Amino acid sequence: MKDHYELVILGGGPAGLSAGLYAARARLNHVLIEKGAPGGQVLLTDWVDNYPGFPDGLTGFELVERMTQHAKRFDLNTELACVTEVDLSNPRQKILHLENGSLVTCDSLILCNGASANSLNIKGESELRGKGVSYCGTCDAPFYRNMHVAVVGGGNTAIQEAEYLTKFASKVTVIHRRASLRATKIIQEIAFANKKIEFLWNKRVTSIEGQIGVERLHLVDNDGTSSTLDVQGVFVLIGVTPNNAGLPLHLLKADKWGFIPTDIESRTTVPGVMAAGDICSKDVRQIVNAAGEGAVAVLAAEKYLQSLK
Amino acid sequence: MANDKVLQLSDGEFDTVVKSAQPTLVDFWAPWCGPCKAIGPVIEDLATEYEGKVTIAKMNVDDNPATPGKFGIRAIPTLILFKDGQVVDQITGSVGKSQLVALINKAK
Repeated sequence: MKDHYELVILGGGPAGLSAGLYAARARLNHVLIEKGAPGGQVLLTDWVDNYPGFPDGLTGFELVERMTQHAKRFDLNTELACVTEVDLSNPRQKILHLENGSLVTCDSLILCNGASANSLNIKGESELRGKGVSYCGTCDAPFYRNMHVAVVGGGNTAIQEAEYLTKFASKVTVIHRRASLRATKIIQEIAFANKKIEFLWNKRVTSIEGQIGVERLHLVDNDGTSSTLDVQGVFVLIGVTPNNAGLPLHLLKADKWGFIPTDIESRTTVPGVMAAGDICSKDVRQIVNAAGEGAVAVLAAEKYLQSLK
Repeated sequence: MANDKVLQLSDGEFDTVVKSAQPTLVDFWAPWCGPCKAIGPVIEDLATEYEGKVTIAKMNVDDNPATPGKFGIRAIPTLILFKDGQVVDQITGSVGKSQLVALINKAK
């Protein structure tokens, strides 16, 4: 890794890879820094049916591989590293602190840090993580062959994962705190038609019980009635929290959940710092708009770099 | 860019390896698991850095069902650190290198 770049892209999910493609084609002196292999949350998705240009759908895996290959064709430069702190106190010289102690500076920066699964923050959840508590149906479904599992949530991810889990589990109970789902209609239709999926409405999980693995969930109805549900696994799919550790949230004027506000050109409140993808403060978190924002952010970076000359 | 310093472990060799004098970090993974793939490069990095000090191993849970079953693994990637055949600690999920280094340091 060099000491200085014109543009640093943090994170290699769809927003970062799309930004990488545009940065490489713009021939910017750039680097995309990712802590592991590229992909982000798309790697948690077993099947993507809503990304334009792939009429037959494809796995999250394959989409990421294609995005990576695409950017690499134009010489996208990637580095494996973990950024622990982003110092934006001097906007002309953005400083990234790496885990190994070294520093990288840049003129412009695109934050594509993404987001991670929310926790329920209830008793038994962290204790039984990996022992029946899961945040990724696609990863862990095969461990639940012929078992009864629960899915907590009512959005696209929850309902799509419930459907996927029925390939392995004998029964999938979806627990949702409201009386209707938020998921896209076509995803709902498929789930309602699946005889292995049962719905529990207006209920919240209050604790998870089990000795060596998950055995039982304690639930409470919106009217206060409590009940239990015997399951061997619970998949928690209740939205995301931004990966904002090490970012100066006050300078970036993060919203109350820690997401970063951006304008129509993906610019944050700090000159020369853009944000794209799920870390942004916005309503819609889809692969397609993450990729779009990545492209927009590079165009804003180019304008900013021009203004420095 | 497969790194041959990462030991590909099977059910049959498991006991011998984790009971050896050197601590062993086992990454339980499967080819269909995206996050397992994401931490792959980090595992390879660790294998180079800890060569001769800590054995860095991967076990494919599809090909080797006995060992994951024995340790109650129901989520991947799960990384377990062993010392003298005993579990020191474990992490589930795709985590950063620093968390894995912190895990390995528990063998000291």
